[in-house]
Amino acid sequence: MDEMLTARDIRFAYEEGGRLAIDGLSVQVNKGEFLAVLGANGCGKSTLAKHFNAILLPTAGKVLVEGMDTADEDRLWDIRQKVGMVFQNPDNQIVATVVEEDVAFALENLGVEPGEMRRRVDEAMELAGVYKYREKAPHKLSGGQKQRVAIAGVIAMRPDCLVLDEATAMLDPIGREKVMRTVRSLNRDHGITVVAITHYMEEAAQADRVVVMSGGKVALEGTPKEVFSQVEAVRALHLDVPQSAELCHELTAAGCPMPPDLICVDECAAALYKLLTGKEAPAHG
Amino acid sequence: MGEILRVEHLRYVYGEGLPDATVALDDVSFSIEEGQFVGVIGSTGCGKSTLIGHFNGINRPTGGHVYVAGEDLWADPSQIRKFRFMVGLVFQYPEYQLFEETVYKDIAFGPRNMGLDDAEVDRRVRRAASFCGIGDDWLDKSPFDLSGGQKRRVAIAGVLAMEPRVLVLDEPAAGLDPEGRDTILGQLKEYHRQTGTTTVLVSHSMEDIAKYADRVLVLDAGKIAMYDETEKVFARAPELLALGLSVPEVTKVFLRLKEWGLEIPTDVYTIPYAVKTILAEKARREAAGGEGGGAPC
Repeated sequence: MDEMLTARDIRFAYEEGGRLAIDGLSVQVNKGEFLAVLGANGCGKSTLAKHFNAILLPTAGKVLVEGMDTADEDRLWDIRQKVGMVFQNPDNQIVATVVEEDVAFALENLGVEPGEMRRRVDEAMELAGVYKYREKAPHKLSGGQKQRVAIAGVIAMRPDCLVLDEATAMLDPIGREKVMRTVRSLNRDHGITVVAITHYMEEAAQADRVVVMSGGKVALEGTPKEVFSQVEAVRALHLDVPQSAELCHELTAAGCPMPPDLICVDECAAALYKLLTGKEAPAHG
Repeated sequence: MGEILRVEHLRYVYGEGLPDATVALDDVSFSIEEGQFVGVIGSTGCGKSTLIGHFNGINRPTGGHVYVAGEDLWADPSQIRKFRFMVGLVFQYPEYQLFEETVYKDIAFGPRNMGLDDAEVDRRVRRAASFCGIGDDWLDKSPFDLSGGQKRRVAIAGVLAMEPRVLVLDEPAAGLDPEGRDTILGQLKEYHRQTGTTTVLVSHSMEDIAKYADRVLVLDAGKIAMYDETEKVFARAPELLALGLSVPEVTKVFLRLKEWGLEIPTDVYTIPYAVKTILAEKARREAAGGEGGGAPC
């Protein structure tokens, strides 16, 4: 498969000779993949995110974006155009006083001609579900709406990859769900590679693959099922597993064996239905 | 124990008289008994923050009354400052409000403003710091050298140090990782247990509300949708979902089982209770011997 992002044995310290925030980490993200990165505060996951579009450069090792070395200054603009970032705080990412102008900001900087800009801004606002707010002032939008405006601003640049650094942390459940729905559709329907740094296990459960970081290293890696079935290992890293996985784990511990790899509501409910009735769960809809 | 907070027919309008006037709270009435731990939930824009801003007089009602310990906050507006000390408000992202040179001075700011003497200020700073897990070695540090989660604990300690009779927290765990969240909420629960201080916790997280609150107030579009004991509120999970709130994942599992026709309670919102419920249901089915006999487990 084609590689979108590659980090090869990277190390990073914020101060020379200081503590290593990233300490010998290698990870590869394939084109079209949805990767979730989990880890407790201070594990280095935001630091890693900032390596993916050359905001930070590794102290040792290499980061490649579609084969381009992030240390190569001549490719900086290409790299930033390929990999768009969305950060945690919606209020820190919006620069204009009207939504559509904010979405157009990067394109203006890139000198895109007006007709093309109009088309790309409209398309980006449609994709992010903010077209109906296009003439509003950003400060009158909710947190979730603002994050989707930030996403629209990034996808107007037609990036191949979207890096979300706890982009839903400050949102309420509904805002979070809408942002994640937008992100999933960009990934599935438009082939945009997604790297989502998150604290929310339910979000990670929807990814193709999960990387759990600890102490600047990769501690666990695999599909969500592979990772979240290791309830004790995940807890030892100061993280939770989705409640469905926890329920199955606790039932097993209470002497009622359940499959270890059920990580979502549907699977867990179906297994419990079978346990109680001896029958397969009805097809839902 | 008596009533500590009473809200009567509270109405609040942003920009009253202007063309874009917005009714944020509409005829809200309820009361909180001293010593209770009350969770407040509701989707964004439902009026949660507007409501708690009335508890210590930051917002002045457009209509209706707010009473703290039996006194009307706005009976004499010149006395409003005293309610600021009686009701301690911890805002969202309080770590952005730290400003002093040292952690000690920052925590001491509130009690000093109350006009307490040095010995009492010192006692309160150390007590509040210890509740929030802030060691003596932090007290001389600059708050700006701490991590986000540590800063937040300092900010909360600053409010605890005023020893308010009612402690109100707006999303104290927002943006923290699971461990940071459990640490802060666990410390607040312990503070509540030891001091009996009435606590109001505003949160988007139903899991957190389920774990810590005795009673839950659900706001919807500026009105009270529910106000009851925690398990009674969660028993109405389908209504909560209809209000745009998200119920704990484990509750969703039980709702799905019910949808599939199983006779099963849906007021399940914690894992231990879920395990107990499933095991009891399984035992009941095995004893009855019918309905597919209960699968071999």
